[in-house]
Amino acid sequence: MSDAVLRVKDLQTQFQTRVGVLKAVDGVSFEVGRGRILGLVGESGSGKSVTGYSILGLIEPPGRIAGGEVLLNGKDLTRLKGEAMRQVRGAQIAMVFQDPMMTLNPVLKIGTQMIAAVRAHDKVSRKVARARARDALAKVGIPSPEERLDAYPHQLSGGMRQRVAIAIALLHSPAVIIADEPTTALDVSIQGQILAEVRRLADETGTAFVWVTHDLAVVSSLADDICVMYAGRVVETGPAADVIASPRHPYTAGLLASVPAEHEPGTKLPQVPGSTPSLANLPPGCAFAPRCAKAGPACTTTPPVQHFEDGRTALCHYPIEPVSCQPLSLTSTTYQSAS
Amino acid sequence: MPAALLDIDHVSKRFVKRPNLGERIAGLLGAGRKAETVRAVTDVSLTVAKGEVVGLVGESGCGKSTLGRMIAGIYTPSDGKIVFDKGPVARQQGRRTQKLTTRVQMIHQDPFASLNPRIRIGDTVAEGPVAHNIVKAREADTYVADLLGRVGLDPSYRRRFPHQFSGGQRQRIAIARALAMKPDLLVLDEPVASLDVSIQAQVLNLFMDLRQDLDLTGIFISHDLGVVRHVSDRVAIMYLGRIVELAPTSELYAEPNHPYTRALFESVPRIGVGKKSFRPIAGEIPSPLHPPSGCHFHPRCPFAGPRCRRETPPLTAIGPGRFSACHLNTGGTD
Repeated sequence: MSDAVLRVKDLQTQFQTRVGVLKAVDGVSFEVGRGRILGLVGESGSGKSVTGYSILGLIEPPGRIAGGEVLLNGKDLTRLKGEAMRQVRGAQIAMVFQDPMMTLNPVLKIGTQMIAAVRAHDKVSRKVARARARDALAKVGIPSPEERLDAYPHQLSGGMRQRVAIAIALLHSPAVIIADEPTTALDVSIQGQILAEVRRLADETGTAFVWVTHDLAVVSSLADDICVMYAGRVVETGPAADVIASPRHPYTAGLLASVPAEHEPGTKLPQVPGSTPSLANLPPGCAFAPRCAKAGPACTTTPPVQHFEDGRTALCHYPIEPVSCQPLSLTSTTYQSAS
Repeated sequence: MPAALLDIDHVSKRFVKRPNLGERIAGLLGAGRKAETVRAVTDVSLTVAKGEVVGLVGESGCGKSTLGRMIAGIYTPSDGKIVFDKGPVARQQGRRTQKLTTRVQMIHQDPFASLNPRIRIGDTVAEGPVAHNIVKAREADTYVADLLGRVGLDPSYRRRFPHQFSGGQRQRIAIARALAMKPDLLVLDEPVASLDVSIQAQVLNLFMDLRQDLDLTGIFISHDLGVVRHVSDRVAIMYLGRIVELAPTSELYAEPNHPYTRALFESVPRIGVGKKSFRPIAGEIPSPLHPPSGCHFHPRCPFAGPRCRRETPPLTAIGPGRFSACHLNTGGTD
């Protein structure tokens, strides 16, 4: 992809702790194109959130970005300091957090917060800023946006607050929005509304999204591309539909297979044995090897990035062979196991 | 159908938010607020047979956890009664009810909050059975070791504290604690919601094994339709305090009847169904403080008519073992 607006190259984020240096993000690379949605998937401790924070320069001591580049339209964000980064953050790249109750100031009206966000980057009158805030609220599907500007956060439901958070991120039409588990705290029917809205925004405004989540079903129905992380490393990338139809990395396959909706009710779920390793105590070579059914003698050495057709990659010595037939029909209500 | 183990008969639960002192004084001066009532559960009836697992599904505020807590005897119903094995479930007072309540055990959502961080997990598991004379204090140690083995933990871990375990392991400890009471009925309130996907599968497999080995009856509360489908024999869909649909699992998922159930299924993103294929439900979940008139779902329902605003549809049989609360099944919405 040559038209990537965000290109992350070999990103390294480390935390200095009493037990040593923890490599929370260890050589992560990916790209997102204009109007595309990248699903950054992983379980707790996989480094997916830290990756998002690193892109926006939100890592604070004892953490630091130890290496790599974050190129936003060709400009390396990791080299920007203080005020220069502040100019970029919120204007060209923005973030939506998991809990909309924590991100909005409870004692200020929605309008006040949004006007401040507009005027942080653009020297416009309050009147113009208010009009832009109202337009942004309308864009994310909030009914009667003019009245909502005068509401306090507690007067809105969780779903509405998350829409406001997305509207604030959209105020300056950023090239990229990083969203960190933005629908995890919401009910399924409200999550569905937000996902439909985000998909529409990406298509209409050309904003690229990095959607950080643990939920494969969300990624499957929302994202164009997928990037699976495990213990700080990217283990598999590729177009979302392809990766889900035919995963090449054993970890991705294990994750997909353990989702209950894909199996005959009451049957045993194929489970990934063991639990996520501590970053302080990673096994040598492939971090997934101790839990992997396909692990072999080579797995004690660092696995190579294997490249496949359609730009897919997997970080594995023994990648899974692709499924030959087309296993998923898009209209059928019965699913086959993805593994 | 075998004899009912649990019989929930027209149960309601109201929580009253009483005015505080300041508001009472303001009330005397003619400016205060009246007591507000949340109808968490309204007129729910459900029987559960021995050995059956019933899933309770719904979004936040639908009353599924409140119902679970009433079954476990933590809350007392405001109206109606819950009968467990021919005896009423009541507040945990007196010998008889105490004996009864040990046979219903609850597993909570957050294993980080449900285990006492300052007590060794072996003591946590042993406390209940020793207090209720299920085992003698000096045999408790082997009893606990046995149970830990059963839930897939190394028995030597019993001297450890909760912080030394991961989320999945803690949930196993919580399950061991519930099993220690030799329960007949388990109430599981979102037992896997806080776990990672790969760990979630491990805990679900454990639950299904235990269910088979011990002939357990279960109430499985979850918002996750996939998880509930996998473990339940029957599923009750709840919306704002009422059961709107109740059916055997396979039939419910093959052919949902109630408009809310259908909308819920369509709005859930699923793996492999492809992009943009889900259709979200319009509108917000109303507050249980001020539920809509008639059918609670009517403001969001594409089929709603004038009758839905006037009349609350009762849960009526629409087939063998199938119930739905919708006017569409009983003469239309006009």
